[in-house]
Amino acid sequence: MSRFAPQIAPRLKAALAILVLMALVPVAAHAIGDPFLSVIANRMLVFAIAALSLDLILGYGAMVSFGHAAYLGFGAYAVALGARWGVTDLLAQILLGMVFSAAFALVTGAISLRTRGVYFIMITLAFAQMAYFFFVSQGSLGGDDGVALQGRSTLLGLSLDGDVTLYYVTLGALALVYAGLYRLTGSRFGRVLKGTRENSLRMQAMGYRPFPYQLVAYVIAGCLCSVAGVLLANLTEYVSPAYMGWHRSGEMIVMLVFGGIGTLTGAMAGALVAVGLEEVLAAFSEHWRLGFGLALVLVVLFSPEGLTGLAKRLGIGGKHG
Amino acid sequence: MNRTKLTAALMLSAAMAPAAHAETLKIGILTTTSGPPAVLGEHARDGALLAAEQLGMVGGMETEIIVVDAEGKPDVAAQKARELVERDGVQFVIGPIFSNVMGAIAGPVTESAFLLSPNAGPSVFAGENCHPNLFGVAYQNDQMPTVLAKHMNDTGVADAFILAPNYQAGKDSLNGFKSVFEGTVTSELYVPLGQLDYQAELAQIAALQPSAVYAFLPGGMGVNFVKQYDQAGLKGIPLLTAFTVDETTLPAEQDAALGMLSGVNWSPSLDVPASKEFVAAFETKYDYVPALYAAGGYDSMMLIDSAVKAVGNVTDMDALRSALEAADFSSVRGEFSFSSNHFPVQNFYLAEAVKREDGKYATQIVETVYEDYADAYVDQCKM
Amino acid sequence: MFNLFLLQLLNGAQFGILLFLVAAGLTLVFGIMDFINLAHGVLYMVGAYLMATFAGMTGNYWLGLMLALPATLIFGLVLEFLVFRRLYDRSHLDQVLATFGLILMLSEGVRILWGSAPLNVEMPELLSGSVPLAGPLKYPVYRIAVIAAGLASAVGLWALINHTRAGMLLRAGASNRPMVAALGVDISRLFMLVFAGGAMLAGFAGAIVAPILSVDPGMGESILILTFVVIVIGGVGSIRGAFLAAILVGVVDTVGRTFGPIWLRMVMDPSAAAQTGRMLAPMLVYLLMAAVLFYSPTGLFGRRGAK
Repeated sequence: MSRFAPQIAPRLKAALAILVLMALVPVAAHAIGDPFLSVIANRMLVFAIAALSLDLILGYGAMVSFGHAAYLGFGAYAVALGARWGVTDLLAQILLGMVFSAAFALVTGAISLRTRGVYFIMITLAFAQMAYFFFVSQGSLGGDDGVALQGRSTLLGLSLDGDVTLYYVTLGALALVYAGLYRLTGSRFGRVLKGTRENSLRMQAMGYRPFPYQLVAYVIAGCLCSVAGVLLANLTEYVSPAYMGWHRSGEMIVMLVFGGIGTLTGAMAGALVAVGLEEVLAAFSEHWRLGFGLALVLVVLFSPEGLTGLAKRLGIGGKHG
Repeated sequence: MNRTKLTAALMLSAAMAPAAHAETLKIGILTTTSGPPAVLGEHARDGALLAAEQLGMVGGMETEIIVVDAEGKPDVAAQKARELVERDGVQFVIGPIFSNVMGAIAGPVTESAFLLSPNAGPSVFAGENCHPNLFGVAYQNDQMPTVLAKHMNDTGVADAFILAPNYQAGKDSLNGFKSVFEGTVTSELYVPLGQLDYQAELAQIAALQPSAVYAFLPGGMGVNFVKQYDQAGLKGIPLLTAFTVDETTLPAEQDAALGMLSGVNWSPSLDVPASKEFVAAFETKYDYVPALYAAGGYDSMMLIDSAVKAVGNVTDMDALRSALEAADFSSVRGEFSFSSNHFPVQNFYLAEAVKREDGKYATQIVETVYEDYADAYVDQCKM
Repeated sequence: MFNLFLLQLLNGAQFGILLFLVAAGLTLVFGIMDFINLAHGVLYMVGAYLMATFAGMTGNYWLGLMLALPATLIFGLVLEFLVFRRLYDRSHLDQVLATFGLILMLSEGVRILWGSAPLNVEMPELLSGSVPLAGPLKYPVYRIAVIAAGLASAVGLWALINHTRAGMLLRAGASNRPMVAALGVDISRLFMLVFAGGAMLAGFAGAIVAPILSVDPGMGESILILTFVVIVIGGVGSIRGAFLAAILVGVVDTVGRTFGPIWLRMVMDPSAAAQTGRMLAPMLVYLLMAAVLFYSPTGLFGRRGAK
């Protein structure tokens, strides 16, 4: 392997391996006669996008947002509202979701970034709860019951009704988001962001005001997460405020920390494993939360860097940084 | 336990059956059975599984039952519903409990299977979004509050204080109440979903001294409200509720709820032979008193049994639909039939919370409020 | 109307005291040990369940309470020994992940042991009934007892932290742990005691609200977020802040949802007022938190520059 691509960082290699493996899922599922596997895998991909977006602010910017699920909701409601207004193209709906998210992230981010640490955690939670209750009180959008979509979106005229089509569109989106974030975090912008994480004072002494960088990262993360929301709505053909509850925000942090923060690859792996684990355990017992909770505790106690750390210890995959 | 496959047919009969009849009846049970609000889903699941156990071979066929947890998350439920229908090839799904899950699974299930709801019956599915493959076996949500409103009319209650949580089902409930109640509504309150403390509302009730209070506060909210209502010394003002005092919440409300009235379509005390047998068998097997969700689950399974028996196969969807519509089974609710929108025509009762002789708490029917009552959305359903 | 307003103020304050009882333990663990414990709500729930079990077994509220308290304490110590002590030196994120895992595990464990249906705790004869206030308004005696218990805990904690040797060590340990350890104080034992004390306070809160609130597997989660709101508004680690913030949250929530629509009606037409009121009511405490943090980014009594 390394003979062909000696300059590729191990974590990038791991990410590429994950993407290639995931690309084979529908083929493999078809081969073993269980095409439904790709629907389950699709859900993993959606949450991988969400976890990646969270990694930008949480992993690279040290901004622990406990309200990231709000953007999942904005994306989902962009599909519902778009369909209602006659906008069924996926790209247009993504744009709409990003507009909602950017507006919300800009305002709440500007306020939230005045605070630090646990206060930041809680204020982001507060804003997400407000968004949640806003949609719960919207009777025309089904309120708490949510709203069923009449069908999936189209992509430049291509229907996404086929599960495999939607799967590869999601996979493509995941690859794009990963590539974009990989570039972004490697750029000067990313280095300033990381520098602020490591030592905010030094960065300020060097003439960087962290606030604009953090705010921009916060807005970008929100926008990218709304892409996951748009795809989730398409996958389930249903939109509900339950997508943006605080529990979901907590689960997204869990996926990310589970995989290991600040590596992007870890975010992706964490989401895939966490969603998969939930799926497997739930099929096994109604008391699956017991096993899932135990898995989380054990990973923290015995593998400080999440799955990435575990992989490193076992000599496979990524390197921190 | 969750994906338990109960192959109900005896090995012997399977071995003797000709190979050509290898067709299997597959039923999915999709309710929320994990996390905090699991208790309602457990009732419905246990009711349905009890029926299957009693029947042995549901519909006289080899039966496979797949129990799945909706996790209370609409997106998870939607995926699991598709999994049941597309991967496992079930012909029937019994579920769900919560109306937000209903919205998410109705589409995927009804595409190629029948959805029988043991509880949730939002108005859209009884009206404009009714579907040939969707059957609301239990009731339509808005019917319960009208039972209490009619009872208040009948007993000459001049003014009422009404409250519900601030979400769609809460609004539907209060609107349903107001559509029938002839007296004046002195105050209409919406409390935030999941509110813990009701002192503020109780103070308003105490200050206004209405002739009666109507509340729709499901689950833990109802437990809190009922206990605090009792503690505030307000029991002099009759509290009439829907989905607030039943066998899922009574274990916690206990004496605080005694004497309180609720609207029901079934109660363990119902004097119908099928019901008496069901309650006895249920309590023996599970050691708790079944609530109306359990009855909904039990009836759903019995309905499937009757339809499959009548048709003799599980592939002729049109014949199965007609057989389901006929509702030719002995419901624990006694007289039972479907309206043209696939929602029931049945009696509704006023039930009182009592402490039974064995020390357990249950609801007991005091009077019949509506006979053969159909919901108000039949005309909006075009199928 | 004015009477009713005063009564709602009282109700709000009383709800606030309920919140304070849960928040007190959390803010201590949080402030002194710098440890984010999402599972604090679970300890509160376990306290209530143990109370329900022991009160049911003995048939006596007071005996139940006396057994439930040490039982929660032991439960807290076991958790501390098995899990928490391994997390003190870890990042906040690790703590969030592990304690989130504990929430899932313990809530499910409670469901397996006690079932999903809510349980009841009988109110003691001595404290049942209500006292007349003004006119038809009555107030439950048990609520008055809860207020008294909350106030007593607040005073006790304040005295413990500010006027005892243990409290002094705690304050010192929180600001400079290696220094205190170098002085020969067994800091890890100190932390264990703080944690156990916090667990018992949460369990105490759960036990005494059990007769008022539903004892069900969701009770820990429903109060957890409100508790966090309280300690963040008050400033992490500050008992005084937690107390005032709890009262503030209780009053804003209670008075806001009862009088909010009335006040709104003065500035807009009734149906719009009702609509807006309904939308705003559940957001009120979050708006309050956002406003406080906007004005003072470390809460009302938080240390400036604290992380």
